[in-house]
Amino acid sequence: MPLLEVDRLSVAVQSDGLLQPVVREISFTLERGATLGIVGESGCGKSLTSLAIMGLLAGTPVRITGGHIRFDGRDLLALEARERRRLMGAAMAMIFQEPMTSLNPVYRVGDQIIEAIEQHRRCSRRESRERARELLQQVRIPDPAGKLDFYPHQLSGGMRQRVMIAIALASDPALLIADEPTTALDVTVQAQILDLLLELQRDHGMAILLISHDLGVIAETCNRVAVMYRGQIVERASSVALFAMPRHPYTLGLMRSVPNPDVDPDSNLVRDARNEPGRLDAIPGRVPAIDERVDGCAFHPRCSMAEPVCRRDDPAVHDRNGHESRCHFADTLS
Amino acid sequence: MTTLLDVRALKTHFTLKRRPGSTWFRPKPILKAVDGVSFTIDVGEVLALVGESGCGKSTVGRTLVKLERATGGQAMFGGTDILPLSTKAFRPLRRQIQMIFQDPFASLNPRLTIEQTLAEPLRIHGLATNRTASRKRIGAMLEQVGLAPDAMHRYPHAFSGGQRQRIGIARVMVLAPDLIVADEAVSALDVSVQAQVLNVLKDLQRDSGVAMLFISHDLGVVRHVGDRVAVMYLGRIVEIARTKALFERPAHPYTQLLLASIPRLDPARRGLRPKLMGEPASATAMPSGCAFHPRCPHANQRCIDATPELETRADGHAVACHHADKLTAGHAA
Repeated sequence: MPLLEVDRLSVAVQSDGLLQPVVREISFTLERGATLGIVGESGCGKSLTSLAIMGLLAGTPVRITGGHIRFDGRDLLALEARERRRLMGAAMAMIFQEPMTSLNPVYRVGDQIIEAIEQHRRCSRRESRERARELLQQVRIPDPAGKLDFYPHQLSGGMRQRVMIAIALASDPALLIADEPTTALDVTVQAQILDLLLELQRDHGMAILLISHDLGVIAETCNRVAVMYRGQIVERASSVALFAMPRHPYTLGLMRSVPNPDVDPDSNLVRDARNEPGRLDAIPGRVPAIDERVDGCAFHPRCSMAEPVCRRDDPAVHDRNGHESRCHFADTLS
Repeated sequence: MTTLLDVRALKTHFTLKRRPGSTWFRPKPILKAVDGVSFTIDVGEVLALVGESGCGKSTVGRTLVKLERATGGQAMFGGTDILPLSTKAFRPLRRQIQMIFQDPFASLNPRLTIEQTLAEPLRIHGLATNRTASRKRIGAMLEQVGLAPDAMHRYPHAFSGGQRQRIGIARVMVLAPDLIVADEAVSALDVSVQAQVLNVLKDLQRDSGVAMLFISHDLGVVRHVGDRVAVMYLGRIVEIARTKALFERPAHPYTQLLLASIPRLDPARRGLRPKLMGEPASATAMPSGCAFHPRCPHANQRCIDATPELETRADGHAVACHHADKLTAGHAA
């Protein structure tokens, strides 16, 4: 049984009395101790998916309109909020892009970690302080005992994100959801945080759901990848298969849009769709607004391979050896 | 090539407020955002300035368009040092030195149509004598950045982020400047849109021959647009070279660290990335000697004691590192 199973999940935003679908029947599973990356551009629905899994949509205009989220075999959407928190509060944790918005600026770092520890187990103040120090040590913060007395503003962005990870680890969760955890960080600090996440995943057997817009971050961190476009998973595969042989034109377009630091732009490796040298092969157009209607395949207005069938029919999922693509021409792509 | 801009020993220091509890006879702390930066940009050349947050790269750009006041050095532009010029004396040069910002929405007035926004500088600089001429010029410019000419009648909110940045580029290019300072011009855009805007920017730059100081934290983007690249660390340039040379034979340990840290689209690299040490120091608490020494795997006593100067080698590749000779030889590109 997978640790997490998202089954035909649909999410919609309520605006002007209308429900605009933003996540459309997405399905994926995450095994214990595994890493799954969800990658896509702004507005593709990747963050709303993670908030739906965490049960953090209450009080927002966003509604779950269909599907199931099963954690350890239990259907989370069938549970009352209190029941859900009691059963799952410790098993799932989440970190966000900007640690400063999650940390309370007027409390010391140690007190915020201790609060998280005491949420989940009964222990004396001295025990929980010692546990907080251990957690800071686990996330490789130098001088962990001293840092307990720091306020968030006294720490760098990278150190704050480490504190957030320490708070997430306080309940020893089976699943960590990381939503753009390194997007606000410099590239050298990003590399350190990604290494830390991988280390924790290995040492604690913790599963990680990593949400990112950055294909490189996903490639270097996750075993499996799901690519989202306009609320749908358009491609899903192991990272090795997906980056070696993408089977959806959107994935291919994304990969070609990223300027490669290892390739000389004046070499003949950098060409656009009209074979002009030195230009990036950009995906034309833009993502349609959520209230814009697109018939057939959601990607067809931007797709260079689009045929009449793409304008007419929403493609089914084509699965080849566990490499899924939602494209009519998936099999001709690779 | 002719030199367009010659920056020598540029310094932009900020005086900060005293910390609470500090006494009046202690000097106020100084933030040395830019601390002795020298480079040149040739006519029609793109110099990319790369570094992490707080390294001073944006301050260099902002100082050159006189949004910040330099505290030292010179910036020779067409025979004049622009740094000491008063606002009034600088005004004729404003058209020639233009800036593109990261967030184009912040630089477009929401109450003005695109035409009104673009026409104002044309009028101020006397580039269009009447409305017909200005409209013609604006329409042609919008087409060049890939927008329909009738976009000029709409307001900024009607455009997506990528379209706004195209407008931001048009707003600058319509003045036919000689130098553009582009500060993280594509950083806020999604990757598919970023690629489109980079293509537009690169095409216009090549066709018009405008020179550019392209400031970015993204090394992939920098490799794609820069003719030469300067790497900054804590207020100083640590390495400057032709783009191909810098990416294929990085000489400074910091440049090597930056290049190694970029996540690649290659799952096989997982876990193979070299392990990194430390975090960037702050410009308010500058380490002694070479500012990079606390994070450098090659640092020795000399690096703690003495600040290395930026030294230009015979091939034009300049590095500020005591161990540069040894490291370049040893680095497998």
